[in-house]
Amino acid sequence: MIQGVAASPGVALGPAYVLRPADISVGETRIDPSQVENEIGRLEAAIAEAAAQLEALRKAAGEKEAGEILGAQILMLDDPGLTGAIESAVRDEKFSVEWAVQKATEQYAAMLDGLEDEYIRERAADVRDIGRRLIRVLKGLGASGPSLDKPSIVVAQDLTPSETASLDESMVLGIAIDRGSTTCHTAILARAKGIPAVVGAAPVSSGAPTGTTIAIDGTSGTVEIDPSPEAIDRYMAAIEGEKREKARLAATKFLPARTLDDVGIEVSANIGFPGDVPVALGNGAEGVGLFRTEFLFMNRNSPPSEEEQYESYAEALSGMGGRPVVIRTLDIGGDKDIPYLNLPAEMNPFLGWRALRMCLDRPEILRTQLRAIYRASVHGKAKIMFPMVATIEEVRAARDMVAEVTREFDRLGTPYGSGVEVGIMVEIPSAAVMARSLGGAVDFFSIGTNDLTQYTMAVDRTNERVARLYDALHPSVLRLIALVAEGAGANGIWAGMCGELAGDPLATGLLVGLGLTELSVSMPLIPRVKENVRSLTMKTAREIADRVMAMDTAGEIREYLSSTSCARGGK
Amino acid sequence: MTSSTVKIVHETGLHARPASAFVKLANGFKSRIIVTANGRRANAKSILEILTLGAGKYCELIIEADGEDEREAVKALAEMVTTKME
Repeated sequence: MIQGVAASPGVALGPAYVLRPADISVGETRIDPSQVENEIGRLEAAIAEAAAQLEALRKAAGEKEAGEILGAQILMLDDPGLTGAIESAVRDEKFSVEWAVQKATEQYAAMLDGLEDEYIRERAADVRDIGRRLIRVLKGLGASGPSLDKPSIVVAQDLTPSETASLDESMVLGIAIDRGSTTCHTAILARAKGIPAVVGAAPVSSGAPTGTTIAIDGTSGTVEIDPSPEAIDRYMAAIEGEKREKARLAATKFLPARTLDDVGIEVSANIGFPGDVPVALGNGAEGVGLFRTEFLFMNRNSPPSEEEQYESYAEALSGMGGRPVVIRTLDIGGDKDIPYLNLPAEMNPFLGWRALRMCLDRPEILRTQLRAIYRASVHGKAKIMFPMVATIEEVRAARDMVAEVTREFDRLGTPYGSGVEVGIMVEIPSAAVMARSLGGAVDFFSIGTNDLTQYTMAVDRTNERVARLYDALHPSVLRLIALVAEGAGANGIWAGMCGELAGDPLATGLLVGLGLTELSVSMPLIPRVKENVRSLTMKTAREIADRVMAMDTAGEIREYLSSTSCARGGK
Repeated sequence: MTSSTVKIVHETGLHARPASAFVKLANGFKSRIIVTANGRRANAKSILEILTLGAGKYCELIIEADGEDEREAVKALAEMVTTKME
């Protein structure tokens, strides 16, 4: 059993097909000046052939992510900068066209590697990919890529973007590669195509010859080569279970999330753009529990105007009909590049001047955002949430600003929605510990378990050496969650959760039992969480919570929760 | 030379599909077309240069074209960027 990295969920079982592209590295080769025109001719022919290959793949891939990537690669073949660099390496430096292609594409790829935008860095893989494709054409080799005669699990050291983009979903049961991380293009494309995938699974490509039976679990990140008959039975049962679950969730996603004893738990969506709203609704969202507003502030040279912000908030609010939309004010800090904020370089930006504390020092930014939200609130049911609250003084200062805004609107006769709730994200332990006191100053709490867990366990979840300590089901985190729910109850306000734990199917009964009445999750998880709610009674949920709160370790808690109905898809 | 200053309306900015569509459209014109964003200049006909511009939503874009069809080029590109592309 190989433990790799889970890249795309789902279980797959089938014969391995090992993709081992020929080694096509080229050494520095010079040509005689008399051959230059001939080499340029070879280059032009190779570009045309490569473009034709990509065009055929793009037609087969259709309109989605895979087609986009292939389309962008076709444009790259036409890029005047790139083709100009290759041509000048041939004409001016008298390099062979193979070497010119390798040099120029590697130069461009290295340049993209160095840029800060992750999307752009991934395009470096595309540039290298077309370099390889051109060299293969020049060497008279066919295009690389699997030619499957039966449904198989594709195994390789690594896959280029075009190889992954051209995988036929009907023939590829799953993917397992030696290299890669959850954000590599193979993972992204596999998720987009709904193909289970495990990356970082070395040495799978040397351990499973073509034809060997192999099983992969893209949810746990495991790969098993040549499993026993008993294991095969288990894998097949899991695959059947997944098929049934998918069909079941599709059929029930619009049913309301009410427990068996008819208590409503609001299951909402976490969104990052107004454009997410139709997808959220399509997944059965009953509201938006977290509307991240950072997109308005990034990738620009000046802050967004009140009008620009108003348009985005209004779009989301009207799109959601009368369903609640919780808008979080700017939650950003020195780790991101926002030139006009002049954020200082800090030793520890995550414990530094960011989010609300930064906004309170920059009232013009926060006030503009609040004005835009209030004006937009006539279009739907808006709620406001302040991020990274540590003290009640911060809450009072923020609410004073809100009061200033509404007083001014009253004076000018500017319309705004009535009853706009103002609440806070609870993600700093001090706020959780003081929930009872904070509850008197806000209309709701929404628990941000991602940061709450990191601060509580003192762990950076992206640090591989300590990431195992990051667990939102650790009893200490759960006790803080319980404090928040109690603090809410004592003040007659609601408490919900927008952190990842809200979407963990194991946790639904526990969270409802602790007293949370709203769970806001990433959009694809909504149907499952709603189904879990429908399987509960409040009595069962409280029993689950009581049993969990008596345990000392995350391991015990996880094992127990795996035995509850929520783990079995509500059965 | 014709020039126009516009704001990008599409949510993901000039990335992915919108970038490809933009570059394809630019390549259909004879004029030389330069785009400026975030203080950087890029050849509108080069997908690699457009992608490295990092032009996000609401980013201000200056589109300059020079050639026999410069007016049509600027008009068409400005319209693409300021209409919701999907």
